[in-house]
Amino acid sequence: MNKFEIQLSGSGGQGVILAAIILADAAIKQGLNAVQTQSYGPEARGGASKAEVIISKEEIYFPKVTKANILLALTQNSYDKYIANLDKDGILIVDDHIETDGDIPGKVYILPILNNANKKFETRMVANIISIGAIYALLGEKVINKDIMINTIAERVPPVTVEKNIAAFKEGIKLIEGIYD
Amino acid sequence: MAYKLVQGNEACVEGALAAGMRFFAGYPITPSTEIAEISSQKLPQYGGKFIQMEDEIASMAAIIGASLAGVKSMTATSGPGFSLMQENLGYAAITETPCVLVNVQRGGPSTGLPTLPAQGDIMQAKWGTHGDHPTVALTPNSVQEVYEYTIKAFNIAEKFRTPVILLMDETVGHLREKMLIKDPSEIEIINRKKPTCKPEEYIAFKSDDSIPPMAAFGEGYRYHVTGLIHDETGFPTNNSQIADNLIRRLVGKVENNIDDFSYYEEYKLEDAEIVILAFGGVSRSAKSAVDKLRSKDLKVGLFRPITMWPFLEKQISNIAQKVEEIFVAEMNLGQYYLEVDRVAGKYCRVEKINKVNGELITPDEIISVIGGKYELQRNN
Repeated sequence: MNKFEIQLSGSGGQGVILAAIILADAAIKQGLNAVQTQSYGPEARGGASKAEVIISKEEIYFPKVTKANILLALTQNSYDKYIANLDKDGILIVDDHIETDGDIPGKVYILPILNNANKKFETRMVANIISIGAIYALLGEKVINKDIMINTIAERVPPVTVEKNIAAFKEGIKLIEGIYD
Repeated sequence: MAYKLVQGNEACVEGALAAGMRFFAGYPITPSTEIAEISSQKLPQYGGKFIQMEDEIASMAAIIGASLAGVKSMTATSGPGFSLMQENLGYAAITETPCVLVNVQRGGPSTGLPTLPAQGDIMQAKWGTHGDHPTVALTPNSVQEVYEYTIKAFNIAEKFRTPVILLMDETVGHLREKMLIKDPSEIEIINRKKPTCKPEEYIAFKSDDSIPPMAAFGEGYRYHVTGLIHDETGFPTNNSQIADNLIRRLVGKVENNIDDFSYYEEYKLEDAEIVILAFGGVSRSAKSAVDKLRSKDLKVGLFRPITMWPFLEKQISNIAQKVEEIFVAEMNLGQYYLEVDRVAGKYCRVEKINKVNGELITPDEIISVIGGKYELQRNN
């Protein structure tokens, strides 16, 4: 695929915008084109938050996602609001507390993102980076080199949390690859 | 040099610093806040000053004061703050004080839609401050362009001694994409003309070429600055001839030199029969739409003004004489359409595509209007 449209959604404060920035930054370091946008309400915390990344070999004009090839939803609210944006061949990643409809056309990955963030990392703060790991596992090394991803995460998170976030990234990859085992 | 992922608002600060901005006064407001935030972090590293003011009236006043003291100055705001800055925008125009005012447009009127894009301040940028006055407004559509045109905004302000508005929209201000920071040696920087005479011989508003040399306060050149109509010395007068001369000179120094800063993009216009005219964030949708409509064998092109004001009358008139129809797509109810229709309407049809719900016009929305109309015509 020459173009990936990725939509990340959750509640304000969950870090989906940072996750989108990291994906876009890594794509540019890889030599690809990427645009990142977001939409959010006037409130600083809570409310539905949506971040978007388009990664392409070609120049990107319209900067918004039309139909998501990959949609991440970390809350019920954001799932309900954005599920219609999923492409018919798209991939849905949802946290396992979310109730999904039965008739989603594409692939669905129901993952314990928030739960594992709490249990394995003792903080919900890494849920966004676990999500990046899952998305990355689906994009694959052919799109972005893994070292570039890890270096970008290290640059973009607070210095004292680098190790924890890299571990969270690997946890996200495991969540997807585990399904294949 | 490598590309970096940069946000539009961040690019604005990078461009301003490259152009020589060393003073920023502002009152943070979404979606322009990052410009104030990043200026506050970076300016001290460049030996500059950042002040958070009590409101936007004071912000505009402060950058005028700093510029009169010889420092390149900028403020940034959005709709509600832009309204408050109008009075002092006129003061900058009549006192011929170079400065840059960034307006990252959001949904209005009033506090409107704080986090969402709009292009509803097009006419306010032109006519928001009272009285006849020069207006220069530039509208970039990418992060790289925000950087480049912030530099140009300072250059125009300095060269013509006039306030310049960088008219962005939330789409571009909050957009992150790749950007190349230029080497300082590759950047053209224009600085205001300074007096070469002795201080006692300086007549502040006297000029040979309609742009008087500008001394900085504190350099020993004493002169008077007022928002009243003034003579060459800078002191107020009611003399009708002087008033007439002054207003005509102020407007003329910008309008008569528009070729100096007529920035625009033409995309697939050579054989176009239908033209989409769009700017800022919407022009990106329009460009996608052009490609998709071309694949349906419709001869569509894009004209994108980057210089919004003064109006690119010559270019738009030329296009209108060659095409069947111009569609003006904008995130307001047809403000720029009025100007396009005034100039192009005598040569071709002019139609509008508008959206005011806080969402960017999509390529599909443009395609459905143009494709719908022309494919239907063809089928009949």
